[in-house]
Amino acid sequence: MTTTVQRQVAVPPATAPPTPRRPLASGGGWFTVPYLVAFALFLVGPVVYGLWMAFTDQSLTGSGGSLVGFANFGEALQDPQVWATLRNTVVFTVISSVPLVLVSLGLALLVHAVRPGQWLWRLTFFAPFLLPVTVVTILWTWMYQPDLGLFNASLGALGSDGIGWLTDENVALWSIALTTLWWTLGFNFLLYLAALQNIPQHLYEAAAIDGAGTWRRLVSVTLPMLARTTSLVVILQLLASLKVFDQIYLMTMGGPNNSTRSILEYVYDTGFTNYRLGYAAAISYVFFALIVVISLAQAWFLSRRGVRS
Amino acid sequence: MTAVDAGRGAPARRTTSVSRLRLIQQGGGVVLLAVVGLIWVAPFLWGIVTSFKSEADAAALPVRVVPEGGWTLAAYRSVLEQGDLVRWLANSLFTATVITAVTLVISAMAAYALSRGLFRGRRLLMAATLASIMVPGQILIVPLFQEMLLLNMIDTYWAIILPQVVAPVMVFVLKRFFDAIPIELEDAARVDGASRWRTFVSVVLPLSRSVLSAVAIFVFIGAWNNFLWPFIAVNDPGLMTMPVGLATVENAYGVQYAQDNAAAVLAALPLLVVFILFQRHIVRGFATTGLGGQ
Repeated sequence: MTTTVQRQVAVPPATAPPTPRRPLASGGGWFTVPYLVAFALFLVGPVVYGLWMAFTDQSLTGSGGSLVGFANFGEALQDPQVWATLRNTVVFTVISSVPLVLVSLGLALLVHAVRPGQWLWRLTFFAPFLLPVTVVTILWTWMYQPDLGLFNASLGALGSDGIGWLTDENVALWSIALTTLWWTLGFNFLLYLAALQNIPQHLYEAAAIDGAGTWRRLVSVTLPMLARTTSLVVILQLLASLKVFDQIYLMTMGGPNNSTRSILEYVYDTGFTNYRLGYAAAISYVFFALIVVISLAQAWFLSRRGVRS
Repeated sequence: MTAVDAGRGAPARRTTSVSRLRLIQQGGGVVLLAVVGLIWVAPFLWGIVTSFKSEADAAALPVRVVPEGGWTLAAYRSVLEQGDLVRWLANSLFTATVITAVTLVISAMAAYALSRGLFRGRRLLMAATLASIMVPGQILIVPLFQEMLLLNMIDTYWAIILPQVVAPVMVFVLKRFFDAIPIELEDAARVDGASRWRTFVSVVLPLSRSVLSAVAIFVFIGAWNNFLWPFIAVNDPGLMTMPVGLATVENAYGVQYAQDNAAAVLAALPLLVVFILFQRHIVRGFATTGLGGQ
């Protein structure tokens, strides 16, 4: 009896439209209490406290803490390091996001089209995403090593002098973007692969009857059917890239000559190396404003497109 | 099934040329994938190769794949003898497990109440939860550190664990799943006299196993790999999680390439093994919830 009931409903929840719901009568609020406490203490609390700190001259040493009005924000807007690190962050976001979307799409299409060895390809391209950042940076810093690294050793064998992968100001951010591509591509790749598997087969059969070749089917069926997934992948990717910190901190600490320092690393340095917590909080909120604007712009963009189609 | 087969087999003469073309395409695809796949595993392979060299061979010029002095386990032996890595892996396992368990329990309870309950402030809590999904955890490091300092929790497991149990995205994912479970199933239990809690535990949760395991997997991976917050929350090497501890080793012994790589290989293994064992499960979780860590 119970098993049949379970089997009946185990499938529907994912696909069936939500049935009209009646509340379980009043009460039940206590179910939320543990979450509510944690939410208030470790999310809402810090958000409010951080905003308060942004208006003070709080120091990590415990001194300060008096209100200074908008002084921190005024300073942030005039601080060349804020603009430089913001610029690095945006450049990194562009040079990492474009390949992270395009390459993951390409690989997902390829893996989806090739029948044999699905699990092996999936494992290969997704596995790096499961590595902790420190493992990734150890492996890649070693490959980027100027004399002994795999890259320069290979270039040397071809007669080249090699490249200052992490030591040349003009190259370092690109090197970190390449590492990031390798590390996080698997996430987008899996989202695309799942979306590809959800495209109804009959669309392809209909296209084939109309005489559409491989290329035509890709352009007229597959890509349009991936539009929703692509907008999801793009927005998640932009937000993830804007928040870059870990791999930069571990590979170059923002160097050489601050050429790879991201805005979050500037927040970290300001707060925990220079002890200026109040100012660091203010910079965090400038960055947060940027994130909110991008999220809202994307929501607006998607809803507009949703209305049209 | 049969209809599709019949449809495919019908124009018999054309299929042979079409299938030959398909075979060529498939073959080309496999070769291309094999090349890209090889490039993709190269960083890992190179790390493994280096980890089995002696320090002298790892730092020898010109760079060669096969070491002159032969392969050795020396790097692994010294990493394991130092003992820190084992300690850090244990810390990671402990904190990630606690974070996963607590997150799962409190998020599922809250999501159920938000889906079914009728209580004051329900809409407000839902709106706050949704809005907070936009808040990047990284901007909270400064106030969170100050808060932990006030609570006297810096350099404790609490500092690592507590801020990570708040997962608004997971509450949202779980609520959406609970919304789709027909309430009639619960009514039956309620008529039999089960309390709300009993109904939740014995009817709703068993129906939600798939989404619960997906959420657990994401939370665990996120906690296991988290770097920035644990890096700020503890300074005591004995309390560090693996990603944080490994970063300090890299700074401390910078020049021991074989050992660095051996440590990296050992640190990478646990989650890779778990993924290989549960690959199907994890991939399906990705598809059903649509969202993951990072």
